[in-house]
Amino acid sequence: MSKFRKKGKKGQPAVNTASLPDIVFMLLFFFMVTTVMRETSLKVLNITPKATEVAKLEKKSLVAYIYIGKPIKALQGAFGTAPRIQLNDAFKGLEDIPLFVEMERDARDEKERNKIVWSLKVDVKTKMGIVTEVKQELRKVNALKLNYSANKTERISN
Amino acid sequence: MGRREIPEINAGSMADIAFLLLIFFLVTTTMDTDKGLIRKLPPVVDDIPEEIKQKQRNIFEILVNANDQLLVEGEYMQVTELRAKAKEFIKSDPSNPNMPEFKETDIPGLGVVAVSKQIISLQNDNGTSYEMYIKVQNELVAAYNELRHDFALQKFGKPYTELVQKAGSSDAIKEKMRAVKKFYPQRISEAEPKKVGGTE
Repeated sequence: MSKFRKKGKKGQPAVNTASLPDIVFMLLFFFMVTTVMRETSLKVLNITPKATEVAKLEKKSLVAYIYIGKPIKALQGAFGTAPRIQLNDAFKGLEDIPLFVEMERDARDEKERNKIVWSLKVDVKTKMGIVTEVKQELRKVNALKLNYSANKTERISN
Repeated sequence: MGRREIPEINAGSMADIAFLLLIFFLVTTTMDTDKGLIRKLPPVVDDIPEEIKQKQRNIFEILVNANDQLLVEGEYMQVTELRAKAKEFIKSDPSNPNMPEFKETDIPGLGVVAVSKQIISLQNDNGTSYEMYIKVQNELVAAYNELRHDFALQKFGKPYTELVQKAGSSDAIKEKMRAVKKFYPQRISEAEPKKVGGTE
């Protein structure tokens, strides 16, 4: 009798999940290698313009960012809606740019100091006035390699 | 004294731990690489250089006003028409007296060739929108890139982008790339921005 009972107890065998951690670890390492830590939280609205002739910036460690745009909604009460400059994590004025440039240079190897690319992330709606002022300021401290951050598009319109 | 069995460690929660880490990295990191138009600013010169008179025919004048309107060589124009116009100008035409002059230049890899003396002058207003500025810059860079592309294809049978990509691998290709670059040098001069509020 017992023989038959045993036969009747036929369940689906459980799927072996022993390799699941391996798969997840693989994903984890993939993301760890291909991504970088987010360094700054944006305090300005930042929609970069579209362009067709964009080039990729090769070395991420050699890029320093300057954000320009209107303060985000949550900060508009305190800072108004005029475009502002954000360096690292705070709103800064034009006069702070030389110091910022100096600090960015100090943070890098001596060999690489003149290879730093200054990436201007400027909101599309900003007027050129503030941008040219920033550019003049950068020229004064000999930070000449610029990148106008833009997104790739197939064609531009009027 | 039976053999004591070492109990196996339960690895069932390993996946959960790994998932937790994975999600942490997904949230705190970014993947986008920065892209954009790469330009170089002119260095500041202490002493004011002597005014170098450039002949009017060698200068391609672009003005952008506060309403984002474009004036190219005295003509009102749409930004989409700019590329073709700029290409025509950069290429120049020896038979046309209004187009840039040529200068005999010795370029390694090409020999002595006539290079057009073109300069593009860009002046924008403080009220010009950044979007428009980038569009104009983009069209000018595109004009140069297209001309270089055509020239590289015609001379070396390879597109310019390929030359740039492989420039690191051999000196011969590097020389070719430099030759193309020298034949169509990017000369975009941005006039000192207009200042509101009189003289400095």
